[in-house]
Amino acid sequence: MRAPTFSKGGVHPADMKSISKDKPIERMPLSGELLVSLSQHLGAPAKALKAKGDHVVRGEKIAVAAGFISADVHSPVSGTITDIRPVTLASSVRCDAFVITPDAEQPDWPTEKHDWKAESEESLLATIKDMGIVGMGGATFPAHVKLSIPKDKTVDAIVVNGVECEPYLTADYRMMLEHGREAMEGALIAAKVTRAKRVIVGIELNKPDCIAHLKDLIAKDNLPIEVMGLKMKYPQGDEKQLLKATMNREIPSGKLPLDVGAVVCNMGTCFAMYEAVVFHKPLVERVVSITGECIKDPKNIIAPIGTKVSDILAYCGGFKSEPDKMISGGPMMGFAFSNMDTPICKGSSGILALPPQRKIRETPCLNCGKCLAACPIGLQPNKLYRLITHGDYALAMATDLMDCKECGCCSFSCPAGLPLVQTFKMGKKLGRKKK
Amino acid sequence: MMQTPNLTVSSSPHFHAKYDTASIMWTVSAALAPSALWGVWSFGLRALLVLVISIGTALLCEYIVNRVTKKETLWDGSAFLTGLLVGMNMSPQVPLFVPVIASFFAIIVVKWTFGGLGANWANPALAGRVFVFFSFTSSMSTFTLPRVLKAICKVDEISSATPLTYLKGRMVDGISSASVLTHGSYPVTDFAEKVGGALGVNRFAVDAFFGNVGGCIGEVSTILLLAGGIFLICKKIISWQTPVLYLGTFTLLQWLFGGFAHGSGFAQGEILLPLFTGGLFLGAFFMATDYVTSPATHKGQMIFGAGCGFFTFLFRNFGSMPEAVSVSILLMNIVTPTIDRYVKNRKFGEVKPVKEAKA
Repeated sequence: MRAPTFSKGGVHPADMKSISKDKPIERMPLSGELLVSLSQHLGAPAKALKAKGDHVVRGEKIAVAAGFISADVHSPVSGTITDIRPVTLASSVRCDAFVITPDAEQPDWPTEKHDWKAESEESLLATIKDMGIVGMGGATFPAHVKLSIPKDKTVDAIVVNGVECEPYLTADYRMMLEHGREAMEGALIAAKVTRAKRVIVGIELNKPDCIAHLKDLIAKDNLPIEVMGLKMKYPQGDEKQLLKATMNREIPSGKLPLDVGAVVCNMGTCFAMYEAVVFHKPLVERVVSITGECIKDPKNIIAPIGTKVSDILAYCGGFKSEPDKMISGGPMMGFAFSNMDTPICKGSSGILALPPQRKIRETPCLNCGKCLAACPIGLQPNKLYRLITHGDYALAMATDLMDCKECGCCSFSCPAGLPLVQTFKMGKKLGRKKK
Repeated sequence: MMQTPNLTVSSSPHFHAKYDTASIMWTVSAALAPSALWGVWSFGLRALLVLVISIGTALLCEYIVNRVTKKETLWDGSAFLTGLLVGMNMSPQVPLFVPVIASFFAIIVVKWTFGGLGANWANPALAGRVFVFFSFTSSMSTFTLPRVLKAICKVDEISSATPLTYLKGRMVDGISSASVLTHGSYPVTDFAEKVGGALGVNRFAVDAFFGNVGGCIGEVSTILLLAGGIFLICKKIISWQTPVLYLGTFTLLQWLFGGFAHGSGFAQGEILLPLFTGGLFLGAFFMATDYVTSPATHKGQMIFGAGCGFFTFLFRNFGSMPEAVSVSILLMNIVTPTIDRYVKNRKFGEVKPVKEAKA
């Protein structure tokens, strides 16, 4: 049988995962101050609970969700808040951040296990909210919001995203191999919270060892989880494409997975939910792939949230050759940044140092249609580009500009080297403003 | 503290597929090269001269426009490709000023007066060919025999000598194609005689398939054009939709109704000879698939291909011209913006509005 995938559009970038895929996850030792931003998630920045000069304990809540779509922030270390000042995140978002200088002595994480099976759905959800869990695939949507199912909707499946379709990144890959059991339990917790009957794990076929490993441990413990090998295609890790591939369900424009009876959770999020519920450990650290051709010693590390990129690079031996771009996230949707003090956030799946790429000489649009064939949403990138460059934002928005999720397939496949995604990002901003 | 390198900060994606406009243009030229070289081998160095002059004129015109408009598009491969296609669409014995005019018209008038690559509404090479065809019809429709056939019949030059024009001429006289092709004076190779006999197919079609036929320099070898076209489809430079629908529609119509034009009945049409002669394969794989002047969606390309096939069938059988590929494609070029406007891909998650049940 042919492995399933999503049917419309998509591209095949080189996967580049061999650089870091065989590096086991290692815990990075604490080094220097942390910059824990108040905007670790999609939605409103959290409200600070602590002030300059306060001493905080590892795992203590230092900021609280401000609004419905927002999430709590906890201190990754015991230490002193030496300052609260604005920082620029990799995504160019500027927001306030705690500057925390860690103490020399750090307490251990609690090892006492809580039996979640006895807990009620509401109490599990409250724990997940209380521990500041957000989607760790990059979008950082607060997990408790995602798992709160409105009264009029039902969810029949949790789909666990083990696709990791972005080139280079191997954080989820290592997570599945080393903490697969815990992540699966996290998925079962999500299934309990949402009262979903099925749990499906989608993994691309370039990770056969993960598929085999998860299938083994599921069979061993007789867990009610299905593992599905998916044919490689970017952007399969997007929830729309993943649901199409695994369940053949299409989310209409402007709707959520919830509207087709499913919830999609990233592998890292499942692991974080497991730790939150079983150990009551808040989300204060994450697995980050430090990779790219220019990194001397590529690694998959567990770094405290707020660790500066410069400290991580020093831990990874610095650069082998001078990079042309530093990217937070993957090369298709990640953000290029230049400030080496940029901190790790809850959504940072990777830090890449890439050498100069082959330059594509920009030519006029050839109407070749490659962008149309590549768009997984079925939009008309060529037409949108023309409308936006001509300043017709209203018509661009009427031509479904807002459905673009900036996956990069159109720009990737454009032979004319047009900055399509960049233009759409701009068009969305200006279009919203004009409205 | 480590030294901070000079970093580029730009919008995602930070990856790009391994091709660009220039590499695509040069790959298409490379895919055309076997057929062009076959033409040179078949028709001699004179054919090479025509090709060189066509390409040279196209590049020169592009260079002049570049100087005037202060652009740098000379080496994006598009002018070279246009020149090559113009040359491949010339009869080998054509007076040398004809390809000069055709390339000039293609680059200056068709391509650049509309704003250059990407903005032209018609395929420049085709428009150039059609322009000189109507201006210098006799030079454009005098064809020499290829090397292989010359050796057989010892005649140097036959005017209007492609099997297609034979077919056309006799058709007007009211003689059926079958008789032309069995008793006609067009030479045929022993090889084609044998293969045609063994397979029970038209022996002229066999010759035409392997490129032993009179015609324009680049259009004679069906097999090499087919190989080049399949290469481009495999490289995902062109989509299969346009050529398959073009050739498919033409073949179907030719089979169903082609018979009427020659005095036989329904579903009696001769297929292989019309398919393998003239510029059909060159047009279907290399001209109708021109990015700029054909629809962008696969669905649109299917409509475009089918339209080309229909017009080619119509003009060849019921029009006054023996060759109809270029005019058919140009006609469909005009319709392209309309097709692109109305034929769209289905949007992800879009549900067709449910029709209300009839009471």
